[in-house]
Amino acid sequence: MTPKRKQKLFVILGIVSLAAIAVGLTLYALRSNINLFFSPVQIAQGDAPLERQIRAGGMVKEGSVARDPESLDVEFTVTDYVDDLQVYYSGILPDLFREGQGVVVVGELQADGRLYADKVLARHDENYMPPEVAQALEEAGYSPADYQAKAAEVGKRLDEEGVPQASEY
Amino acid sequence: MLIELIPEIGHFALIIALLMAVVQAVMPLAGAATRRPLWMAYGQPMAMGQFVFIAIAYACLTASYMLDDFSVANVANNSNSLLPWYYKLSAVWGNHEGSVLLWSFMLAGWGFVASLFTGNLPRDMVARVMGVMGMVCVGFLLFILVTSNPFERLLPDMPHDGADLNPLLQDFGLIVHPPMLYMGYVGFSVVFAFAIAALMGGRLDAAWTRWARPWTNLAWAFLTVGIALGSWWAYYELGWGGWWFWDPVENASLLPWLTGTALVHSLAVTEKRGSFKSWTVLLAISTFSLSLMGTFLVRSGVLTSVHAFANDPARGFFILILLAITVTLSLLVFALRAPRVSHKVGFNWLSRDALLLINNIFLVIMTVTVLLGTVYPLILDSLGLGKISVGPPYFNALFVPLTVVMCIFMGLGSVTRWKSMAAGELTRKLWLAGVAALVIGLLMPLLYRGEWNLFVSLGIVAALWIVLPMVRDVFDKTRHASSFVAGVRKLSLAYWGMVLGHLGVAVTIVGVAVVSNYNIERNVRMSPGTTVEVAGYQFTMTELTERRGANFLADTAVLQVQRGDSGRRFTMRPEKRLYLATGMPMTQVALRPGLFRDLYVAMGENLGDGSWAMRVQYKPFVRWLWLGGLLMALGGVLAVLDKRYRRSVVTREAPNMANGSNGAREATV
Repeated sequence: MTPKRKQKLFVILGIVSLAAIAVGLTLYALRSNINLFFSPVQIAQGDAPLERQIRAGGMVKEGSVARDPESLDVEFTVTDYVDDLQVYYSGILPDLFREGQGVVVVGELQADGRLYADKVLARHDENYMPPEVAQALEEAGYSPADYQAKAAEVGKRLDEEGVPQASEY
Repeated sequence: MLIELIPEIGHFALIIALLMAVVQAVMPLAGAATRRPLWMAYGQPMAMGQFVFIAIAYACLTASYMLDDFSVANVANNSNSLLPWYYKLSAVWGNHEGSVLLWSFMLAGWGFVASLFTGNLPRDMVARVMGVMGMVCVGFLLFILVTSNPFERLLPDMPHDGADLNPLLQDFGLIVHPPMLYMGYVGFSVVFAFAIAALMGGRLDAAWTRWARPWTNLAWAFLTVGIALGSWWAYYELGWGGWWFWDPVENASLLPWLTGTALVHSLAVTEKRGSFKSWTVLLAISTFSLSLMGTFLVRSGVLTSVHAFANDPARGFFILILLAITVTLSLLVFALRAPRVSHKVGFNWLSRDALLLINNIFLVIMTVTVLLGTVYPLILDSLGLGKISVGPPYFNALFVPLTVVMCIFMGLGSVTRWKSMAAGELTRKLWLAGVAALVIGLLMPLLYRGEWNLFVSLGIVAALWIVLPMVRDVFDKTRHASSFVAGVRKLSLAYWGMVLGHLGVAVTIVGVAVVSNYNIERNVRMSPGTTVEVAGYQFTMTELTERRGANFLADTAVLQVQRGDSGRRFTMRPEKRLYLATGMPMTQVALRPGLFRDLYVAMGENLGDGSWAMRVQYKPFVRWLWLGGLLMALGGVLAVLDKRYRRSVVTREAPNMANGSNGAREATV
């Protein structure tokens, strides 16, 4: 082999081995860091794994938000208007978090059926329903018309009452 | 009467610009293929005209914003008569249509400036560059006119007032972040055009790299500043104190930055040593393609984030087609022409050439891992395999070790000689820096916190390993001059650009390592009279008040802060705002910035009974993140100002403009 060929061989070997390491690390990192999404219906059916980080979402049920008076612990119910999911969280809720609005929570489902959230993401969507939840409901065989009408109705009413007006300050 | 016509004038100007872009895309390329000087000469005037007409369109949209013309849908949806004038100005690009217009405006601007600084390039080369730029312009102007017309009207039922700008965007950060980012994205189009033109003409020589390097450095500097500003904006505006979330939209800007960084380095090799030519061209193509992909990800609505404003599948589809055409065509040109321009130059394993090759490999691997994590959920979703998200742990697990290993080569690379270097000489130069970096890095966490921390040590060792050999190198290089100052002056601006750029990386690494590991965050329930201690600072809430701003109402908390018992007292006033037009709440953070630590207080939610959830944070060295970014960008700008690029501008008047081979020979001297 000429020196130039040898050099080329080393370059190729180096790239291949580095790429192999990178692919290995990547697959490993991907496997342990993927969060699957579940809707309350799917969780109620027992589709979601326990004690593994998942994402769940739906609408915050009206009147379900309960704050502990001493700490920042809070409990609320996430619903897709078919099934409910009890969520426990300690910390500050996002600005756009509101009853009757869409929310996505990241955390672990425990044996007691509650989801212990590390992260709560509020999302204001024009259809009032996070798209993932809408899709999950459709797959479960619920007609979009039912829950969307319901969600929009709740959302609109809350928008009318719920948003603090200038005079309230 | 004229006021009502402004949007129509803007729309019309855009159409004229599109027609000019079509001419610019067709004529010069046809001229270069058939060797007709007259056709080739179409490029520059068309680039100029296009710039003027897009500027007119842009000015018209701005005027509509300033004059509160709510008959324009774009203004009605994104502005409000109560909005202060400077936010009206920035609201123009705070939405999809306006930001694409800004994109095109900058594209035309870069094209125009590029047409002025063609140096002693052969005429057919200039024609091809202009032609490729014209094609990119056609794509974007069509995109605006077909899918995202900013001048669409709401007639006859125009609203009385606008829906207001998203409160998150009513901020200084937004005024500067998108233009900087776009300047970077779009700037790579010039390099891209140049790479394609060189491939077409089969003239991938030293003159080419000499011309492409300043543009690449400049675009890269803009992109760096844009990303740093975005991170800074997210830090104080979102109210969580995070500075990088591995959000797909952030990744979209990081991807072209990574390949752009690789390109900057690979161009250096191509210019100095004449090797890596095909690789450099490939990087130029990928960098611009990734810029386009970033635009696709942000603009198509496939992502849901702060940045994805309007969702319209037609737009996403259009950009996807544009991206596909760009990638296919440029790779086709590459496949057909690249082998003809390749050129073998040997080098030793201990040489700057080899180290820069390794740097490139690392940067590309980083790009691939980030790309994979970003598009993997999208691909799974589009195949119907479930909705997943890839979280920060994935990115951290890959990006951090890759960066650390790359730093080892960075330290070596900046002091190694081209072609080859004796191992003994390199060891002599480096052993002291290596030992010092290890000792200081390992001891620092102990001295700073009294407790050892692997990641902080790793960060500091890596940063010192980058900086110390460079410091020594500067002293070595100035040793023979009459005085240190005289020696420093003799070093080229390009050299200082490299030093500053690498210093910036080191500074950012220190910032990341320290703030990630020593950040203290406490979420607490506070009411007037409550005191919280964080990192030796006492935060006492003294009162809760309300105030009225221009277009919002705010709850303000007043906190007295004191360090220990003796430190100076100061006041911090975080706010929770309610924007009246949208009814959107917003957290206004109170910051006490410092070079070595930031104090960060944000109001969470009203818990009733007169108390609030408060987020109090102590963030050491967080400023270093963005300071490093600015240093990197400054390095890029310094390199652009280097003498040898100015020389080619001076010789522009030389009569040999049309003579390509002559120009190339001159440049290689």
